[in-house]
Amino acid sequence: MIELPALGWQSIVIFVVFALSLLIATYCTYAERVIAAFLQDRVGPDRAGPYGLLQPLADAVKMFTKEEFFPGGANKALFIFGPCLAMITALMSSAVIPFGNNVSFGNNAFFLQGIEVNVGMLWVFGVVSLGVYGVMIGGWASNNKFSLLGAVRAASQNISYELAMGMALIAVLMMSGTLSLREITLQQSVAGEWHFWNIVKQPLGFIIFCVCAFAETNRTPFDLPECETELVGGYHTEYSSMKLGLYLFAEYINIFVASAVMSVLYFGGFNFPFQYELRDWLVSNHGWELASAQNLITVLGTVGLFAKIFGFIFFFMWVRWTLPRFRYDQLMRLGWTILIPLAVLNILITGGLILFGVIQ
Amino acid sequence: MQLTNRAKKLEKKPMTLAERAYLPAIFQGLSITMRHFFMKKATVRYPEEVRPFSPVFRGLHVLKRDEQGRERCTACGLCAVACPAEAITMVAGERKKGEEHLYREEKYAISYEVNMLRCIFCGLCEEACPKAAVYLQPDKIAPPRYERDEFIYGKDRLVEPVSPDARSVRGIQLTPEQADSLRNKLAQQPA
Repeated sequence: MIELPALGWQSIVIFVVFALSLLIATYCTYAERVIAAFLQDRVGPDRAGPYGLLQPLADAVKMFTKEEFFPGGANKALFIFGPCLAMITALMSSAVIPFGNNVSFGNNAFFLQGIEVNVGMLWVFGVVSLGVYGVMIGGWASNNKFSLLGAVRAASQNISYELAMGMALIAVLMMSGTLSLREITLQQSVAGEWHFWNIVKQPLGFIIFCVCAFAETNRTPFDLPECETELVGGYHTEYSSMKLGLYLFAEYINIFVASAVMSVLYFGGFNFPFQYELRDWLVSNHGWELASAQNLITVLGTVGLFAKIFGFIFFFMWVRWTLPRFRYDQLMRLGWTILIPLAVLNILITGGLILFGVIQ
Repeated sequence: MQLTNRAKKLEKKPMTLAERAYLPAIFQGLSITMRHFFMKKATVRYPEEVRPFSPVFRGLHVLKRDEQGRERCTACGLCAVACPAEAITMVAGERKKGEEHLYREEKYAISYEVNMLRCIFCGLCEEACPKAAVYLQPDKIAPPRYERDEFIYGKDRLVEPVSPDARSVRGIQLTPEQADSLRNKLAQQPA
C-alpha cells in the first residue's frame, strides 16, 4: 500500500480538478456550438475529427497563432493582467468543491476534495466576486468606451445579483448550520434515514440561486457585459489572440463551477439515491469489505456529481440559445425589486419552518 | 384604413401574474427549443452528401452531336440573336469534302464561344436552336476560376465528347444501357 501524506493527496486532487476544469471548459466550447446547432436544426462543427471532436484543438491553435493586439493608449500591464485575473479566479473557486465521498487505501481515508475549509461556501463567493475585477480591469485598460461600458455593466450586474444569490444561500445555511460544502453535501443524505436533497426544501431558493448564477457567469439572458448588438464585444472588444481565449475560457470554467456549486448545494452533490442501501447490500449479500464497497459508492457518486454538473452546463447552454437578452433596466429591476425581496421572503419562510420544526 | 380582414384588434391589458413571473413563458420557450433539438437536421454535409439538382435546372451549355457523332450545330446564329445577355459568339465555316463524318450540315461553327460570366442561364438559346444542338445541362455548373478569360468556353469545352458513355439526351446523362445501344449504332455505321 502506498502511504500518502494528506498534503500529497490534496495536491493530486487539486491537480486533477485543475486539469478537469480546463478539459471541461475546452469541450464546453465544442458543446456550446453543437447544442446551439442542434437547437437550430443544424449539426454544428463536424469536420475536425470524428463528430468534430478535435474542433477545440483547432480553435486553440487559431487562438494561439492570432495576432496579439494592444490598442493605442491602453494600460499594457493592466491589459494583460485583466484576463489573467479572470482565469485565476475562475480556476481557484473549484478547489473547495467536494467531488466525491471518502476513498480508502489501506489505513488512509481521503476525501475527493481539494481543500476542506469550514468556510467553503464563503471561499467560493469571495473568489467569484474577485472575478469581476478581471472583467473590470480588462475593460478599463482597453481605453475603449465600449469596453468600459461593458466592464461597468459587469460590475454593477455582479454586485446586484450577488446580493440575491447570497440571500438565497442563507436559507440553505440556516438549515445546514455550516458553510462547509462537504458538510452540506453529507447532510443531504444520511444513512438509514429518509432524507431529501435541498432542492425539495428550497425550491424558491434554488430558482433565485440559479437565476443569479446565470447573471454571475454573464450568460444569456444576462450577458449584457458582452452583448455584441450594443457594445461590439463589451469588455473584450479590444482583446485578441489567447487573451480573448482566456476570457472565454474563464467564462466556461465559471459555468462549470456554478454548476458544481448548484449540484452540491441543492442536488445532493455526490450523493445518489439508495447509496447506503447499495453499500450494505454489497457487504451483507456479496461479502464485500466495507471499505471497498464504500470506494465503489464514492466512484459512482463522483460520476453522479459530474452527471449533475453536465446537466446544469447543458441547461446553461439550452437557456442561452432560447432566451433573448434582457434590457439593462429590466435586468436591474429583476435583480433589485423581484429577486432580493423574494430571497428575503424565502429566508422568512425557511426560518418559520425551522422554528416550527417542519424542516431542519 | 383596412386592407385585409385579417387585422387583429390588440388590447393592452395589464399582464397577469403568470406573465409577470416570466417563468411559464421561459419554460414554454425552452420546450420549443428542446423539440427542435430532436428534430431532423436541415444540414447537407456537402462533400460527402450532394443535394440533387432539380431536373429542370439549367447549368453549363453543351453542343450536341447527332447519333452518328457529327456536330449538330450549323452556325445559324439564332442562339446568339436570342441571347439576352449577348454571351454567345460564333464564326461560321463551310464544310469541306471529306468532313461529312464530322459535321452534319454543310455549314458548321468554326468557333463557338459562350461567355459564362455574361450568361444568365435563361435557356433561350436552347429554345431558339432549330437543330437541337445547344442544351443547358441540368447536372453541371460553371465552376469558379481565377481568370476572367477562363470563363469564355470554346468548342473544346462545349462540344459533347464522342464516347457514348459521356453523351447525354436533352442534357440528361445516358444510362449505361442507352450508351450501349448508341455504341452498337455507331459500330454499324460505315466509317
